[in-house]
Amino acid sequence: MNDALIFGITLAKILVIAVPLIIAVAMYVWWERKVIGWMHVRIGPNKIGPFGLLQAFADVFKLLLKEVIAPTNANRALFFLAPLLAVIPAFAVWSVIPFDQHVVLANINAGLLFLLAMTSLGVYGIILAGWSSNSRYALLGAMRSAAQVISYEIAMGMSLVCVLILAGSLNFTDIVNAQAGPKGIFEWFWLPLLPMFLIYYISGVAETNRAPFDMAEGESEIVAGFHVEYSGSAFAIFFLAEYANMILVSFLAPILFLGGWLSPFPQAWGAIGAPGWWWLIIKAFVFATAFLWLRATFPRYRYDQIMRLGWKVFIPISIVWIFAAGLFKYYNIVTIGH
Amino acid sequence: MKRIITYFKSLLLLELFAGLWLTLKYLFKPKYTMHFPMEKIPRSNRFRGLHALRRYPNGEERCIACKLCEAVCPALAITIDSGPRAADGTRRTTRYDIDLFKCIFCGFCEESCPVDSIVETDILEYHFEQRGQNVIHKPQLLAIGDRFEPRIAAARAQDAAYR
Repeated sequence: MNDALIFGITLAKILVIAVPLIIAVAMYVWWERKVIGWMHVRIGPNKIGPFGLLQAFADVFKLLLKEVIAPTNANRALFFLAPLLAVIPAFAVWSVIPFDQHVVLANINAGLLFLLAMTSLGVYGIILAGWSSNSRYALLGAMRSAAQVISYEIAMGMSLVCVLILAGSLNFTDIVNAQAGPKGIFEWFWLPLLPMFLIYYISGVAETNRAPFDMAEGESEIVAGFHVEYSGSAFAIFFLAEYANMILVSFLAPILFLGGWLSPFPQAWGAIGAPGWWWLIIKAFVFATAFLWLRATFPRYRYDQIMRLGWKVFIPISIVWIFAAGLFKYYNIVTIGH
Repeated sequence: MKRIITYFKSLLLLELFAGLWLTLKYLFKPKYTMHFPMEKIPRSNRFRGLHALRRYPNGEERCIACKLCEAVCPALAITIDSGPRAADGTRRTTRYDIDLFKCIFCGFCEESCPVDSIVETDILEYHFEQRGQNVIHKPQLLAIGDRFEPRIAAARAQDAAYR
C-alpha cells in the first residue's frame, strides 16, 4: 500500500468516528432539553422536526450564521486559538476508545495514559479562553475551572489506577477483556471498585464542568464563565467540546467499570449473553442521561464545597481503595479474564 | 462517634438518591404545558384585555364624552377631547386615545363608564409593528367594538347577574 492510500483510509476512519460523534452531540443537546423539560414538567422542544428532533441543527445553523465578535482588548490570536484547543483533545481522545472487540482507531498500549493526557489538555482551552477574553467574568470562570479540573483529575486518576491494578493493562481493549467471564455483570470491575466507580463518574461530571459542578459557568454569579465573550461559531465549538467530553465520560464509565461491550447476562444464555457494540451504546446512553438527570436535580455546589469534596473526601477514599484493589489482586479475590 | 456514623452515612449518598428519585417521578408526570397557538386556556368572562368602544344596536356610539374614564384612569393612559357633533350638536368625543403601553388593564374605565361604552375585551393576542401604534385612536376602538360586539355582549350578559 502506498502512503496516500493509508492516509485516505485513516482519514475515512477518523470521519467514521467524528461525524457520528458530531451528530450524537446534536442529538444529545436535544435529549438534554427534552429530559430536563420533562423533569420540570414541561415538554421541551417539539416544533422543529418530529418531536423537535431537528432543534439542535436549527440552533447550530443559527450559531454558524452569527457574527463572531472579538472584544477590543482581547488577545486575538489566543482568543481564536482557545476554542480549537478545547475541541481538538475532545475529539482526539476518541481515537483510543474501543467500540467492540477489534473496532478501535488506534489500539495503542498506553490508551489510558493518552486519555489522561488529552483530557488534561482540554482545560488549556478553557484557561486561555478566560484569559485572552480580557474580561473579569471570563477570567474568574477560567480560574475556577482550572482549580476544579486539577483537583478532580487527581481523584479521577486514582480511580483509573484501581482499574489499572485489577486489569493489569493500560490498553482499553485489554481492560474490557479482563472484565469478561461466565457470570456476566458480576465479573465487571464495578463490584470490587464500587466506591471508585462512583468517584470516577462524579469526577467525570466535575471534569466536564457540568452541573452540579459547573462553577466555570455559574450563570447566576459570573454570567457564563470562560465563554462569556464568545459568540457564533466560536461559542459553538466550545459547546461541541463540552458535549463531546460528556459523551466521552459516558463511554469511559462502561468501558472501565461496566464491561464495555460485554453483555450483563451470563454467557450461557446465548444471544442475549453475547457481547456486542450495542451493549456499549446502551450503557453509554444510560450514563449520558444520568448527566442530564444530575443537572435537573441538584443545585450548584459552592466553590469551597467542591474543593472540600475533591481533596478531603474523594482523594482519601481513592488512596484507601488503591490499597484495597492491591489486596484484591494479590490474594486473587478478583479473577481476570475468562 | 455520631460524627463518624454521619460521615459514613453521607458516603452512601442517600439524600442525593432521594433527590434523584423525586426528579425521576416528575419525569413521568403529565405535563402542564399548553401548546399555545393550537390550544388555549379558557378565559374568564371578566378577563380584561384589549379595549373597545361599543355602539347601541341602532348604530349610535355609546360614548357621551363624560370623561369619567379619563379621570379615573390610574395610569393616565386615556386622553379625551370633546365637542358638539356637527350633524346634531350632541356632545361627543372628537378624540379618544388609549396608550396601551401606559395602560395597566385595571378595568376602572369600564367600571366608571355610565353608558357601558368603553369595555375591556378578552382579546390578549395583539401586536404593534411600528412606534406610535401603541396609542390606539377612536376609529380603531370603535372598529374593535363592532367586530367583537357579540363576544363583548355575551361576556357582559354572563356577568350581569353578579353586579
